[in-house]
Amino acid sequence: MKLKNLALLPLLAVIVLVQLLCSWTDSVFYLTQLTMSAYYSLLIIGLCVLMGYAGQISLGHAGFFAIGGYLSAALTTRNLVPFQDQFCVRLLDAAGCLTAGQDIYGEALLVVTPWAACVIAVLTAAVVAFLLGIPVLKLKGHYLAMATLGFGIIIYRIVLASSYFGEADGISGVPGFTLLPGLSVSGDFSNRAANYYIAWGFLLLAMLLLRNLIDSRVGRGLRAIHGSSEAADAMGVDTARFKLHTFVLSAILAAIAGVLLTHYNGGIGPSEASIMKSVRYVAIVAVGGMANLWGALIMGVILNFLSLRGLFGSYDDAVFGLILILIMLFAPGGILNLRFGGLRLLPNLIAKRKREGN
Amino acid sequence: MTVELFIQYLVAGITYGSIYAIVAIGFNIIYNTTGIINFAQGEFVMLGGMLSITFLQLLPLPAAIALAVLCTMAIGAAIEMLFIRWLVNPGVLRMIIITIGLSILIREAALHIWGDNVHSLPYFIGNEVSTIAVLGARVSPQVLWVIGVCALMVVFLNVFFQATSVGREMRACAANRTAAILCGIDTRNMVTLSFVLSAGIGALAGAVMSPITYTQYDIGTGLAIKGFTVAILGGLGNSLAAVAAGLLLGIIEAFSVSIVPLAFQDAISIAILLVILFVRPHGLFGSSAAAGLKEF
Repeated sequence: MKLKNLALLPLLAVIVLVQLLCSWTDSVFYLTQLTMSAYYSLLIIGLCVLMGYAGQISLGHAGFFAIGGYLSAALTTRNLVPFQDQFCVRLLDAAGCLTAGQDIYGEALLVVTPWAACVIAVLTAAVVAFLLGIPVLKLKGHYLAMATLGFGIIIYRIVLASSYFGEADGISGVPGFTLLPGLSVSGDFSNRAANYYIAWGFLLLAMLLLRNLIDSRVGRGLRAIHGSSEAADAMGVDTARFKLHTFVLSAILAAIAGVLLTHYNGGIGPSEASIMKSVRYVAIVAVGGMANLWGALIMGVILNFLSLRGLFGSYDDAVFGLILILIMLFAPGGILNLRFGGLRLLPNLIAKRKREGN
Repeated sequence: MTVELFIQYLVAGITYGSIYAIVAIGFNIIYNTTGIINFAQGEFVMLGGMLSITFLQLLPLPAAIALAVLCTMAIGAAIEMLFIRWLVNPGVLRMIIITIGLSILIREAALHIWGDNVHSLPYFIGNEVSTIAVLGARVSPQVLWVIGVCALMVVFLNVFFQATSVGREMRACAANRTAAILCGIDTRNMVTLSFVLSAGIGALAGAVMSPITYTQYDIGTGLAIKGFTVAILGGLGNSLAAVAAGLLLGIIEAFSVSIVPLAFQDAISIAILLVILFVRPHGLFGSSAAAGLKEF
């Protein structure tokens, strides 16, 4: 393991410590919100690389989350028995991607297995991101913001207007997702701790991947794009391809987060696809300091946890709006970089280590 | 499709189109003086409707609307002074995020003040069922109010920008800020004025449309994205082209109802937006050479 990746070890220690603390103090219910926060943070660190490092704003990432969540929810709950003779269904059956069962009324039920549904959902999100990214990422500034916002609204309208996705009610009764024998993503109280570790395991893995990415040739290229797209182009960085790949990568992370959280919650509703969710993710990346993966991770977990605990009450959306404005007005470098007369509010250990490393 | 039905759709299209045009002109006024797209533009329209409804409990209709427009203008000025004025050379990304944050705050405040119910002003003349015959089709008199008021606003703005000295100063500020400063124009006040102006026209449109389209705390986002579509369609910064583009989008949307379900109507106009952004980001009437000089 490279030296820089050792920074993840203290995080691992904190994760274990929190779980143990929750068990000892008999407050395991915190683990549920921490698990959900970890999934949201999975999306947020992906968005952080896109916004902070590649410099491309996206106001439609809840759309990718919803593609992942909704597709896996619909595929694993919608009965395919009436379509049994169609080519696609037969193909899926032959590939062993279908599972038969009975619904609560004893009727025959034929649905896609969670693994296959997950692959389909994530691939769909990746393909949509690829096709959308080619034209969209040529745009800059306001145009890019509006185009991604438009994409988000289209996804929201689609899930809200089609009965296949449950319209305003969303989809419920999504089964658990068995990753390995005996290890499944589900809302069962008995494996709350296991799910907590699954979620954080995914988050740590993504963190490791993204940290290595931004310290690689690709990452340096991305930062060059953020500084000046033209200059990066002139220095031989394939700006269009780098931007597109980052966009697709962040969409894949968002879709995975959507799939896993949907299985964990046992359902998904249209609010997950709403514009407010996309804006909230942007707000959290901004609070974390844009080009700061650790900031995005820490703020993602803290703010989502507080929001899920209901601390902000009915002012939930307003709080995130206010956070956005205050951060952009007074601390565009993020809350971790906030200074008071030359003194940092929080010591920026990450930046310091980076300097020493160089 | 019969002639009557055709005219019915056409009138509906023109009605919505003129509202989109007003929102687009609001975008353009602020964009011209600051280079900012104000994502909270749709919220001005919502505030105009909501405030008029509230003031109507105390005042007669014309006075209530006038007061609502004035209040919204004051809110526009306050937004500019508190959040925009003192920023030194802010980046586009920062401004986008700030105006999005503002739109959320206004929307949430509206939700807590007026609740999530649908509100509406009474019809200015007659009631829901009164109609006027136009070429064999029957339309509500309120439709004529909307089209008339929007047309008047366009005329007023044109006269203002062409014939008054303040309007000319604003145009100078849009054309070349540094040159405007050298000519002794206080560009900062022009920016405040542009927020006041676009808040005012948005609020007036919001009040006039309220009886037929109803007012809810969250109508702003949809209007903003359609207004932006129209602004892009006409070419960002070009207000007269925005009127043509607004009517075009309104009519396309009205006729699309006969082909696709109503629930997907928003998706149509957003798809149009995306196609235009990809194919002709300088708009139908703009030149690509001029657009290349602008900073988006």
